[in-house]
Amino acid sequence: MATRLGSLKLVDVNTVKRRGAFAVVEARMMVLFKYIPGVVSAAVANPLLYLIAVGIGVGKLINHHSGGVDGVKYLAFLAPALLSTAAIQNAMDEAVFPTLEGFKWNKTFFAMNATPITGKQIANGVLLAAMLRVLFSVTVYGTIIFLFGGFSSARGWLAIPTSLAAGAAFGSFIMGIAAWTKNDDQFFMILNRFVMMPLFLFSGTFYQLSTIPIYLRWIGWLSPLWHTTELGRYLTYGHHISPLMFVVHIGFLCAMYIFGIRFAHVQFERRLAK
Amino acid sequence: MNNGDHEVLIEAKNLAKRYGDFTAVDGIDFQVRRGESFGFLGPNGAGKSTTMRIIAATLTRSGGDISILGKDPEKFGPEIKAHLGVVPQADNLDQALSVEENLYIYGRYFGLAKPFIRTKIEELLEFAQLTDKRSVKVEALSGGMKRRLTIARALVSEPEILMLDEPTTGLDPQARHILWDRLFRLKEQGVTLLITTHYMDEAEQLCDRLMVMDKGKIMAEDSPAGLIKSYSSREVLEVRFGSDRNATIAPQLQELVERIEVLPDRILMYAEDGEALLHHLNEKGLHPMTSLVRRSSLEDVFLRLTGRTLID
Repeated sequence: MATRLGSLKLVDVNTVKRRGAFAVVEARMMVLFKYIPGVVSAAVANPLLYLIAVGIGVGKLINHHSGGVDGVKYLAFLAPALLSTAAIQNAMDEAVFPTLEGFKWNKTFFAMNATPITGKQIANGVLLAAMLRVLFSVTVYGTIIFLFGGFSSARGWLAIPTSLAAGAAFGSFIMGIAAWTKNDDQFFMILNRFVMMPLFLFSGTFYQLSTIPIYLRWIGWLSPLWHTTELGRYLTYGHHISPLMFVVHIGFLCAMYIFGIRFAHVQFERRLAK
Repeated sequence: MNNGDHEVLIEAKNLAKRYGDFTAVDGIDFQVRRGESFGFLGPNGAGKSTTMRIIAATLTRSGGDISILGKDPEKFGPEIKAHLGVVPQADNLDQALSVEENLYIYGRYFGLAKPFIRTKIEELLEFAQLTDKRSVKVEALSGGMKRRLTIARALVSEPEILMLDEPTTGLDPQARHILWDRLFRLKEQGVTLLITTHYMDEAEQLCDRLMVMDKGKIMAEDSPAGLIKSYSSREVLEVRFGSDRNATIAPQLQELVERIEVLPDRILMYAEDGEALLHHLNEKGLHPMTSLVRRSSLEDVFLRLTGRTLID
């Protein structure tokens, strides 16, 4: 310890201001790579189970009776919704648990914040790392759908970017909530059962939203899942949406993301300063 | 004020922190100079950690002024943090990562280049005596090892000021001595140390200058020896007459010396020559069950200043 390896101005604060969030991503990746078998098997097993049970089992039934949905095979209809659902689920896991850990269980965010890294950068880093995992999972999912013959054309892959939009919009928002919540014991269990499940079931995932009664449709309207699924169906096989609704879908997702990330920034900064 | 050993690194004027009706730090003034080892001594809740967090630019103040390295922490948080090494009261190491990985990623948070960090890690592992634990996950380390790793981590960026909040709380005596040895080496190398503690022996071992705090206020400020000289006698005679008799015999003892302190289990008598006082006591027919002559410590200073012991 007798020597100083660097100069007196070893730390260049401008470097941290530019790249601090990436150091947070690097930390998240180091942790994530420790659990790589779990990450990979979850990314493969979940889609396989879904596709076998719903895509093939239910799909066969539907295709047999009505020749598909919305003019395409049931699996092609389902694919954008399944990808968006996977993106939301992965974004939720990777945004919520590291946030709870960083603030409460392990307090690693306080360690990060003792360096020039700001709360905003920590939030951005956590979300970015979550999105990398989402990208990995939906790419694996997309490949499996492709192998099952679920894409009616090469355009099927366009459901991947729309699912990423769902992950980013929902992930930023839920990360802010995770930073805000003090008591995490019940919260995310309740969220999973009473918010995630209804969103999944009533967002036009398995059937078009217009087939359910009007008094249930609002769930879909408020769900990023419905908006990205509609966009995904439009892009992958030409499902009809009006230009107005196209703008509404994009606008909703952008608004949710912008509100979500701002909300997360405020919550992160506030929690670190407590 | 600008160069060399006298350069002021931290300066606080009328610094205050309030949480609603509760005042954690109540208008304090202090200065810390380069190369100094400066301690905040006080019981739990004295406002030490709050003051440290304001210096570390992680907590905003409610009043007064403070400058760290000539900058206001509320305007230049990252700029100040770039030069600080922070060892918090509770370890916040990344439990999922190994010893080495914890050092590596912390260097990355400071934006340091990988080759520099790789070299630095070897030096820090040796300093923290953790070279053979480099690949071990943090959760498998003992309390003392975690503490040393947290200190090593704080040094990865070669900070100008190393801040330690209760560095040895919860450690066994041997682990404390190893840690003190490491901190003493840093002090010898001229690293400016800022330490909070409620252990008087720690304050005496490590600090050049001390600020005694209680209830958010500064009670006194000087070197450990200077404080003892100003607020206590050279020696202390500790006598026990049995818990039921201590209080009744106290008035008689009070007549013999300028100052006594009656604690639940013993009476402290302040004198220049403890042995002579004990002799005098025996001559008067006052025979304590046990007696002990010792030098005055910061504990006595604190007792004098606040009427309470450091660890309640």
